[in-house]
Amino acid sequence: METINQIQDEIIDEFSVLDDWMDKYQLLIDMGNDLPALDEAFKKPQYLIEGCQSRVWVVADYDKASNIVTFRAESDTVIVKGLVFLLLKVLSGRTPDEILNADLYFIDEIGLKEHLSPTRSNGLFSMVKQILDYARVFKTM
Amino acid sequence: MSAICSQSAIDAKALRADFPILASQVYGKPLVYFDNAATTQKPKVVIEAISRAYETCNANVHRGVHYLSQQATQAHEEAREVVRDFIHAASSDEIIFTRGTTESINLVAFSFGEAFCQAGDEILISGMEHHSNIVPWQMLCERKGLTLRVIPFDENGNLLLDEYAALLGSKVKLVALTQVSNVLGTINPVAEMIRMAHAQQIPVLVDGAQAAAHISVDVQALDADFYAFSAHKLYGPTGLGVLYGKRALLEAMPPYQGGGEMIDQVHYSHTTYNVLPYKFEAGTPDFIGTTAFTTALRYVQNIGMDKIARYEDELLQYATEKMQAIEGLRIIGTSAHKSAVVSFVIDGIHPYDLGLLLDKLGIAIRTGHHCAQPLLESMGYEVCARASFAFYNTTDEIDALVAALLRIQKMFK
Repeated sequence: METINQIQDEIIDEFSVLDDWMDKYQLLIDMGNDLPALDEAFKKPQYLIEGCQSRVWVVADYDKASNIVTFRAESDTVIVKGLVFLLLKVLSGRTPDEILNADLYFIDEIGLKEHLSPTRSNGLFSMVKQILDYARVFKTM
Repeated sequence: MSAICSQSAIDAKALRADFPILASQVYGKPLVYFDNAATTQKPKVVIEAISRAYETCNANVHRGVHYLSQQATQAHEEAREVVRDFIHAASSDEIIFTRGTTESINLVAFSFGEAFCQAGDEILISGMEHHSNIVPWQMLCERKGLTLRVIPFDENGNLLLDEYAALLGSKVKLVALTQVSNVLGTINPVAEMIRMAHAQQIPVLVDGAQAAAHISVDVQALDADFYAFSAHKLYGPTGLGVLYGKRALLEAMPPYQGGGEMIDQVHYSHTTYNVLPYKFEAGTPDFIGTTAFTTALRYVQNIGMDKIARYEDELLQYATEKMQAIEGLRIIGTSAHKSAVVSFVIDGIHPYDLGLLLDKLGIAIRTGHHCAQPLLESMGYEVCARASFAFYNTTDEIDALVAALLRIQKMFK
């Protein structure tokens, strides 16, 4: 299996050929449309990360036997869904330690760092925090 | 340049040169600034007035015997007079400087509430208020056991005056009403609504935050009891606002905050308060801001508020026509009496995504709930996009917005 950084580098390669902002966002929109829909049953307050402008739902499953955390997530906006798609590609299916030690440099490298800033009201900053919190809890199980 | 602009009394392209920021590039694209309802850009004369005030007359006002303090005081009090003239108030004693519309409304909610409201009374607001004209009244209601009532509006965004008349009962102590809705753009018939309230001896506060920069305001013709607005939405500096209040009401109200400026005599046994308007101006006022606001008001007066209103209405009509033609686009707020605000949604595109992509094309609009959650909820929306215009905007920029919207629509197909 590829490492977290190998996947990040692939994402960077995929975006680096695109010079224009609108092309980058087109790719993100396509990725957002590819993100599997989250079962409506999970679109509940306990899974909700409320941004001022968009919402993200995150569900985490931990398989103790294999020590693997799987995330499922969705947002009500397509661009945030695209970013969620990328975050899950990098962080889902990993051990708690891998998640906790991950350095998420790809966001910066592809020029989308602004979306992960705490002042952005899209819920993504909180989503990453939430993912780390889950990993921390699963690590102790 | 489109024909309608050349017919207009305003040469927007020439006036744009007065606003340094409008020459900016955003992500390599010329800035199109359509977030004027949130804040307007500042003409160079205002920016220079701020520097000049610091360079030539920076000293605390109303207390110094020295030359600079007298200069600063004179400039500050001149600003009060310019504001009085701008809104056609009877006396500059009725002009109170605040931090903004929000503080102006909070001041009235507190001080009017203390003087005139008791448990069981009612405050009447409209269904299209900004949170700043909802929450202060809710706080008053909680503090003193009042009830908040809401005037409904129809699907076009017009307040229902029959319902309003029915709500004007004997328990209502104050009506608080926006002159222009920050989301729907509706220009409410405040003069008529004030007449209706006054027939029942009920005073009216008008939230003029979205009106003062776009239509000429005459508080005496309106017979408004209170009128609140912000400098930063009127080409002036941030952090400064105005509360106009009729003298008799202001005199009957206790101070809002204590300290500095607002006192007459302070003793441990008792304190007496200063006269109007100082009674409501605790602490050092933003005298640099007021001085620069003088310049801003003179700047727009020099263009002419009526010309501004006419030109912005042309922009509104142009934008409405062009945007309506976009398939799947719905305009929220379709009153016949509108200010230059176009709120909208596009089928299949979340407003957040829309705002993000427009931004990358250099176009600044607002997305979200616009600090008017109850309004949007009542219309079945959570969030929407809003383009709001000022006299320095052009039909070319509206064309750019429309082209961008069509381009973005393709990205989601």
